[in-house]
Order: sequence, then C-alpha cells, then structure tokens
Amino acid sequence: MEYALAVIVFVALVALVVLRPLVAGNQDQAATQARRADLEAAKESKYREIRDAELDLGMGKLSRADHRAIDSELRAEAIEILRELDGLDGLSAEAAAGRDHARRAHGDESAG
Amino acid sequence: MSGIGAACLFVGLLCAAYAAISGVYGGLSGRRQFVVSARRAFYCLAALLIGATAILQAAFLRSDFGYRLVAEGSSTDTPTFYKVTAMWATQEGSLLLWALLLSIFSSAVLFLTRDSLRAITPYATAVLAVVAGFFLLLTVVWVSPFDQLVQPPVEGSGLNPLLRHPAMMIHPPMLYTGYVGFAIPFAFAVGALVTRSVGADWIRATRRFALIAWTFLAAGIMLGALWSYTELGWGGYWAWDPVENASLMPWLTGTAFLHSIMVQEKRGMLKAWNVSLICMTFILSLMGTFLVRSGILESIHAFGASTIGTQFLIFIAIVVLGSVALVVWRLPDLRSTARLDSLLSREAFFLLNNLVLLALALVIFWGTFFPLISEAVTGTEASVGPPWFERLVTPLALVLVALTAVGPMVAWRRVTPAGLRKVLVIPVAVAAVTAGALLLGSDAGSSLTAVAMFCLVAFVLAVVTQELWRGASARRVMTGEAWPRALSSLIGRNRRRYGGYAAHAGLAVLMLGVAGSSAFAEQQDLRLAVGDSFRSGGWEITYDRPIARVGDDRAGTGAPISFGAQLTARRGDEFRTLRPSRNYYPAAGMEEGAIGRYFEGEATSEVDVRWGLGGDLWTAVRPDISSLRGSIEEADRKFAESDGDVRGLIITAIAEQYRRSPPPASFRAISSPLVSWIWIGGGILVLGALLAAWPAPQARMRRARSLYRARLGRDLTGA
Repeated sequence: MEYALAVIVFVALVALVVLRPLVAGNQDQAATQARRADLEAAKESKYREIRDAELDLGMGKLSRADHRAIDSELRAEAIEILRELDGLDGLSAEAAAGRDHARRAHGDESAG
Repeated sequence: MSGIGAACLFVGLLCAAYAAISGVYGGLSGRRQFVVSARRAFYCLAALLIGATAILQAAFLRSDFGYRLVAEGSSTDTPTFYKVTAMWATQEGSLLLWALLLSIFSSAVLFLTRDSLRAITPYATAVLAVVAGFFLLLTVVWVSPFDQLVQPPVEGSGLNPLLRHPAMMIHPPMLYTGYVGFAIPFAFAVGALVTRSVGADWIRATRRFALIAWTFLAAGIMLGALWSYTELGWGGYWAWDPVENASLMPWLTGTAFLHSIMVQEKRGMLKAWNVSLICMTFILSLMGTFLVRSGILESIHAFGASTIGTQFLIFIAIVVLGSVALVVWRLPDLRSTARLDSLLSREAFFLLNNLVLLALALVIFWGTFFPLISEAVTGTEASVGPPWFERLVTPLALVLVALTAVGPMVAWRRVTPAGLRKVLVIPVAVAAVTAGALLLGSDAGSSLTAVAMFCLVAFVLAVVTQELWRGASARRVMTGEAWPRALSSLIGRNRRRYGGYAAHAGLAVLMLGVAGSSAFAEQQDLRLAVGDSFRSGGWEITYDRPIARVGDDRAGTGAPISFGAQLTARRGDEFRTLRPSRNYYPAAGMEEGAIGRYFEGEATSEVDVRWGLGGDLWTAVRPDISSLRGSIEEADRKFAESDGDVRGLIITAIAEQYRRSPPPASFRAISSPLVSWIWIGGGILVLGALLAAWPAPQARMRRARSLYRARLGRDLTGA
C-alpha cells in the first residue's frame, strides 16, 4: 500500500516537472544561442592556443620563425570563429574586432 | 519507509526510460521541448535517488534489521562511521551508489550544456539514461536494496571486518565517481558519432568531467593500495589482484584519453582514436564495477558472489558491440583534418605516450583475464602471478616515466633538434648525476631497474622545475613582475598546463616510492617468544610483552577482542614502540559456543606502521591462541546460558590468561624504503589534476578575451 501510494505521488510530481516543457510548447526562441555557446568555447580554446604558443616562444621552445607561422595560422582560425560568431549578431568580424580594438585603446579592458 | 525507497527506484527507472525515449525523439524530430523534458527527467531521477539513499542510510543508522541489507551488512555494535558507509559494502547498496552518482553527474553536465551542443545533447542524454536505467533495472527487478525480512533478527551480521578501515570506506565512492565520471564523455562521444559532430566541441564540454573522473579514480586506487598496505596484513600495497587491476585499466586508458584529446583540440587529429579510447575506458569502468562482486576471478578484494553477473555481461556486450559498430560506421567522418608536422612535436610524443599506456592496459588485461582465457582454451584454469606482471610492466613503466619528462619540453607542431638539445641539457645532467651518486655512493646498484627509475624520476622533476623556471622567466620579461608574482601568475593563468606538470611530478614521486620499496624492501617472517630479538632494516627489534584487550579496540572498528604484541625497535639513538595486533570479531551463529564464537569469527590484522620519508618499519603479528582453546571449551560448557556481563568477565579472564603466559607468536616485519613517497606522490598527482580542472576566474577570462580579440582586431583593420 505504502509502495503503491508512493509510486502514484512520485509519478504525479515527476510528471509535473517533466511534462511542463511539452505543455508549454516550443519556447526555444534562441536557436542561435547554442551555436554561439559552442563558438564561444571554440574561441576560448583558440585564444588559449595562441597564449600557449606565446609562452613557448618566451620559453625558447619555439623559434621565432616557427612561432610566426603557428601564430598566424592560429589567428586565422580565431578570426574565422569570430566571423561566424559575429555573423550571428549581424556584425562583420572586422567591425566587431575593430570595436574591441577601439575599446581597448580607450582602456576598457573588461570589454569583449 | 522501505516502500517509499522502492518507489523512488521504480519511478527513477521510469524517469530514465522516459529520458532515453524523449531525448532520442527530441534529437530526431528537432523538437527541442522533448530534449528539455528529458533533461528535467534526469533532475527528477537525481532527486529520487537522493531520497532513496537517504532512506537506506537512515535504516543503517538506526540499525533497522527489517531491511535485509542492514541485517546482512551492519549490527548495533558497528561504529556509526561504518554504519554510514556500510551501504556500499553491499552489492545492492553499491549499485544504488553507482546510479546516484551517475544521476548527479549527468544532471550537472546536462545543466551546463543546456545552451550548447544542441545536436549532441539529446543523444548523450539518452545514452546516460540507458546506463542509469540499467543500474536501476538491476535494483528494481533483481537485487533491491529495500527488501524486507519477514522475521527481522535481533542482531545484524555486522560489516565485514576487513572493510572496517577509513580508507576502505572512502575508497568505493572514489572509484565509483571515477567510473561514473567516464560515462559523461562516453555519452557525448556517442552523441557526437550519431550526429556526425565529431569536432572538438564534445571534448571541450566534457574534458573537465573526464579529468575529475580520472582524479577520483586515481584517489580511489591510492586509497585501495593504502588499505591493502595497512589492513590486509601481507605488507604490500599492490598484488596485481584482478580487482586492483580492474581499477587501474580504465585509469590508464583514461590517462591516454586526457592526453590525446589535447591533440584533437589543437590539431583536429586522432578523432577515431579518441572516441575509441573513451569507449574503451567506459567499458573497462563497467568491467571494474562488475569484477568487484562477480566472483568470476579470485580476488582478495571480491566480497561475495554476485547474482547479476549474466545481466552485467549482457550489458557490457551491448556497449562493446554498439561502440564498435558506431565507430566503424562513422570512420569516414573521423579522418584527421591535419597531419603530423614533425616527429619532434608534442603531438608525436602524446601519440607515443598513448601507445605505451595502451600497451600497459593490454598487458594488465591479458594477465587479469588469463585464468578465464586459459580455462576456455585448455579447460584448466591457470593464472599469472606478480612476477609475470612485473616483468612486462616494468619496462613499459620506465618508458612512460621518460615520456612524462620529455612531453612537456616539446612544443606543439614542431621543435628543432637544436631547441630540444637546449632544453634537455640540465635535466639530462641531473639524471646523470643521480645515476653516478647512486652507483658510486650507495648500494643501489644491486637493482639496475630501480636505479634507472630513480634517474628518470630525477629527470622528470628537473624538467618540471626547469619548465616553471623558464615560464616564470618568460613572464618576468613580458611583465616585469617579481619572481614570486611571476611564478604564481604563470601557474594561475595556465592551470591546465602546470596542473598537468604537477601531476607528472606526482607520478614521478609515486614511482620513486614504488621502485624503492619494490627493489630494496627487507621482509622477515619469524616466530618469537617474549624477550626474543631480531634485526630488520638496521632496527634491533625485541618482543617485549603480549597485549590482550577486551572491549578496547583502539582502531575504532568495534572489535570486542584484540591480541597483539608490544615490540621495541632501536636504531642508534632512535627508539620506537610498536604495537601490532589482531582483532577478533564474533562469529554470527552460536555453533562455536557462547564464548568460543568471540574467538572463532573473522580476525583482521591491525598492523603497526612507523611512517618515515626514508622508509617505513611495518610489523604485523599473528598470535597463537590455540593454547586458550581448553579454557574456551570449558567456559562454553559451564556458561552456555550466561548473560552478557558474565560472558564479558569470562572473556576478560581468558584474555588475562593469554597475557600471563603467552605462547610464541608469528611476526612479519618489513623494512620498506621510500614507500611513503607513494602516498605523497599520489597526493601531488591528485592536487595537480585538481589544479588543471579548476576553472579560471571569469574576470581574468574576460580580460584575456578582450586582449586577444583586440589583437585580432589590429590584424584585421591593419590588413
């Protein structure tokens, strides 16, 4: 009896929580949000790679020529990500990056 | 309350089934609300399993022997700490723990990825739900933790005495957290394969979970080794036992995975390798869980034969076949987008390190399952012993430690031979000096393998120190910071890199302890009477007097009787008092007599370990209580119907008899050099991994983003 009653109560409670999105319908208004999150993660990863290469250069693990080649390749990849990211906002990568550049020039370090 | 607990499990099973179906349907149809609904089902599952666990824990705490599990795994005199942890000493409780941890981990990762990986998460949710569903199905249909006894006993059987050890109580949740944690990257890898989203996105989303799983598994393995060293009474920490091996194999493949995913993240290479590795790691994790309780292989760690072996094997077979089919099906999508630039690159060394780790896992797998393989092929069960493992594992371990040193020195993509020579000079010199000092200044030359390992350890530590030095120097040049600030900034801003290096240093230190204790330990097995002496590792050890304690178990395990010995150890000016003992737990039934059952139940060694950085002095005793048998039998005849107080007095009198006229006792003494460095190294390894997993502060990330985006802006606007 205790078991049956508990099952009924738990099923009802679970149904309330689980079925709510179905009852509310598709309220997924930010389809681009997920893509943005993925691109943001890719961007962070690319920035980290650029930083790693810089550190390797500073530590003498990379020659200046190797670093130049690797760095420009990484930057090109980062710019691709930025382009796609800003495309989601309807901005050009140049405009967005230029905007950040301008902000930094004015000392706004927390922008971006 | 047992009905409510069972209802939690049943409704949890429904939640898992719903999450699997809803996730797949949401993924196939693109109707996002079903994916959200599946995620919410996981949150409910976690809440239900927390409830079920709380109900079971409460039953253990109040010694409610109406629960079969409590009656079989606890007793009123089991100390409270062990009552709390007795749940996972049972098969049913450990399955519930598995499902609970999986539901919590899954809820966390699904919450964190709720706004990302839209293609992958529906299928990852379904995979996690199927795994959770399997464990819940076991607990609902075959081995319910909430089974009730029609006639509850007055007293429970008590927790297995061997498990009454603090390390052993923390060890299972640690191992299970490791096993469960690997389910997360596995599920996302499956999702990535199904949706052909085989880039690095799934890796970035689950890397931290894989690292946490790896860390917990490492801590669990270390605690298991510590338990073996201090509780089992044989003096070692690793016996190449099937259950020990079962936890080491996923750790090795998990280590390979954590290294090779960096190659995919940075270079887009090794995609097929990475999904195969994580599938392998998860399958080995399932096998690790299964082996502990299956009883299919003889193990000092296996507690009770399982009744769910067939179900487990079927599930493992499904996972194996499904994983292989999926990887083969998606092979065309898993081709690398880049090629190896140079053999002198970090990715090349990572590949080599992966091969060595996989070779180690394969050797251990073969040795572990050899009894089953030999029985299947020849009809007779044969097993390979520790010497077989050591012969094959030792050279591979030496190569692995060497790679641990070389890997951090090499840059991604390529390093010039001249550049490599430059960074190798100091570490190689340190290793050479170490070799010279050991061979010329000590008797370590008796084990060249150990000397080779010591040199490699010195090599690794020199590399890590050099990396820190060079990194801090580079930072000082860039920022002008003082040394301490430069060093802390360097580590703080590159946690993943330097956490990894700390883990490398930890592994090296651990191997120092393994090499020292394996090659140079001195073990003696003796039978001594009071007043006898012997020498071990430079110590002069004398058996001073016997110990007999009743109701005074100093280890807090709840043992009513303890016999042991007090020894004094002298080495020059150093003086130590050693008190190894043996705890006696009462037998469950009365077949051995009302008094005899207290002496004829299970007994465990309470070893005395004098820890030291240079080496441990480890002693264990096996008292000979056969001389007490006459008194015990007489007491059983005369006082069979006596009450507890009288029994206590009689047992005290018998113990006093042992103290007054002790027969010679058997002793094992081991002088084990450097063994403490195993635990220190393990601690460093775990701390390093935690550092690597720790997220960077948001403010710092924002500044870094801003800086790099601005630099890219300069590139673009200047172009």
